[in-house]
Amino acid sequence: MRVVLQNLTKTFPGRGKRADADVVAVRDFSFELPDGKLVTLLGPSGCGKSTALNLISGLLSPTSGAIIFGDEDVTELSPESRGVGLVFQNYALYPHLSVLQNILFPLQNLRGDDKLSKPAMLSAAREAAELVQVGDLLERRPSELSGGQQQRVAIARAIVKKPRILLLDEPLSNLDARLRLQMREELRRIQQEIKITTVFVTHDQEDAMSISDLIVVMRNGEIEQIGRPQEVYDNPAKLFVAQFLGSPQINTFSGRVSGNTLYIGEDAVLNITGAADRDVIVGVRPEGMTPGERGALRCVPLRVEVMGRDISVVCSNAAAAGPTLRAVINADSGLDQLALPDTLGFTLNPQKVHLFDRDTGERVRFESVGGRAYG
Amino acid sequence: MDKRSPRAWLYLLPAIIFVTCFMVYPLIDVFIYSFEEGYNSASQTFSGVGTFNYSYILRDRYFLQAVKNTFILVIITVPLSTALALLISTGLNSINALKRLFQTVYFLPYVTNTLAVGLVFMILFKKTAYTDGLINLLINLVGGGSVDFIDGPYWAKMFVLCFYTIWVVMPFKVLILTGALASVNPQYYAAARIDGASKRRIFTRITLPMISPMIFYLIITGFIGAFKAYSDAVALFGTDLNASEMNTIVGYIYDMLYGSSGGYPSYASAAAIVLLVIVLTITCINSMVSRRYVYY
Repeated sequence: MRVVLQNLTKTFPGRGKRADADVVAVRDFSFELPDGKLVTLLGPSGCGKSTALNLISGLLSPTSGAIIFGDEDVTELSPESRGVGLVFQNYALYPHLSVLQNILFPLQNLRGDDKLSKPAMLSAAREAAELVQVGDLLERRPSELSGGQQQRVAIARAIVKKPRILLLDEPLSNLDARLRLQMREELRRIQQEIKITTVFVTHDQEDAMSISDLIVVMRNGEIEQIGRPQEVYDNPAKLFVAQFLGSPQINTFSGRVSGNTLYIGEDAVLNITGAADRDVIVGVRPEGMTPGERGALRCVPLRVEVMGRDISVVCSNAAAAGPTLRAVINADSGLDQLALPDTLGFTLNPQKVHLFDRDTGERVRFESVGGRAYG
Repeated sequence: MDKRSPRAWLYLLPAIIFVTCFMVYPLIDVFIYSFEEGYNSASQTFSGVGTFNYSYILRDRYFLQAVKNTFILVIITVPLSTALALLISTGLNSINALKRLFQTVYFLPYVTNTLAVGLVFMILFKKTAYTDGLINLLINLVGGGSVDFIDGPYWAKMFVLCFYTIWVVMPFKVLILTGALASVNPQYYAAARIDGASKRRIFTRITLPMISPMIFYLIITGFIGAFKAYSDAVALFGTDLNASEMNTIVGYIYDMLYGSSGGYPSYASAAAIVLLVIVLTITCINSMVSRRYVYY
């Protein structure tokens, strides 16, 4: 089902000392969820992504704006009648009911034409349980399940009534690292198997990148950028987006464009055109820095962190925004980890360099001359 | 520390001494008294050992009346007060404005003296030569005839006693249930709404099971409390409860010990043991039922 959000705004009344100032959780939120796709709302905590999800679910009603499922305006509908499935962060399985009863619960609430016979309910519940692979746990109580199993049951409960849209509120954040990887692949598998339009809320850029068809990056209740995962990573619209996506984080420097040259500090690092002379913030992805004798960006190497396939060279540079910066390079690049030089030059890959306006954080477009960098 | 360590017993000693002296010993003593026939408390002598005390009280018109009264009281007040408390606390939980004020108001009877409340009830219900009482005025207003609730027919007196008991025990129940309702994670309600449950279904399928431990706690303590009722009847009908047909089992025990017809500790002990057996049986049944329905 295609879902359209039109100019959604949600404000909460201020409390205590700031009682006169409303808190805007979501501001003028508009986008369209394509049918059958998995869309991720990504942002730091407090960015309004859960509020946006709750607006779609109907648990919150918007201050203004409209929500449309298919051709039906559901803005005024209560969650009971919207036909959505929601997986909560801590699953919210009913502790007094068995797994089977938990999965049956949404079916037992169906009214009118949708009402199912008892055998039909049972078979639907079993089918959902099989889909999420908890078919052999049906008689257990939630307290007798592991975190991953509870998660699966929560998903089964959310999809058993064949909702028009599936909402996932940080479903992976209570799982350990290994289970997390496994469950997010599961989520993707289940979503694609039943081809349901899905909204996934997370603060974890890796989760978002790995399973989404579309990422919506949010900040302070507003949309910063919408795009396919790779697109958002390769082509960030704003400094915030560039910083939020990617691990390790993008390195940022204060720099300046002068003539056809991009400077970081005093180092002329790239030959560029298309950008007027100005002060900029230079973002360089850690994987876009290659150490070499003739590297133009001079840094002081501090230590090397081994990550297996890659190594991460931690350096300092006077122009860098933070105390340290990182270059991620191939482990067999020949860098002598035991005898680090006093200064190390890096050649920058222009594809991995993004310029941003110093004041607004907006992207400053440029073209690299012949794709060549200094160094 | 090892479970059999003497130090463990040392730490438990104060509690053991206390419980033994003031609970175990008296209980055994009462049990023994109840089988001593013709016991004289002045000379501390008895004529024989047997079950005469039991057969006496079980044939005593006043004891049977007291048992009947107590059972009626229990069967009417426990379910009714628990259900009303559930209704009130659910209401309290779903309002925001003036919530604390209402909570305080509902709790006031709990901190009010039983006898003082009894006096107020008497004024409300009593029919005297000068006035028929406030309740009778209301009854007259809707076209009914006056009823003497304090010295009148049995059902009227029982009605007042039940009314009074419910009024006195409710605040505590409201307090406990309001707390229990507030401690249910609101996320379950959100989940249930997403799952399409109506308000009524949310209440019966989610709320009730979640607070069931507290409900059963209240029912069990309610049963025990109602079986031990005495002061309520005294507050309304005075100390000569046998005359007014409003005696309770505990009242009967008291009368046998200290009342105008008293001085029979053996009969009192036998009645106390009968009460103990009743309460124990009911509590066992309760906890067996609760194991089936209560989710912990």
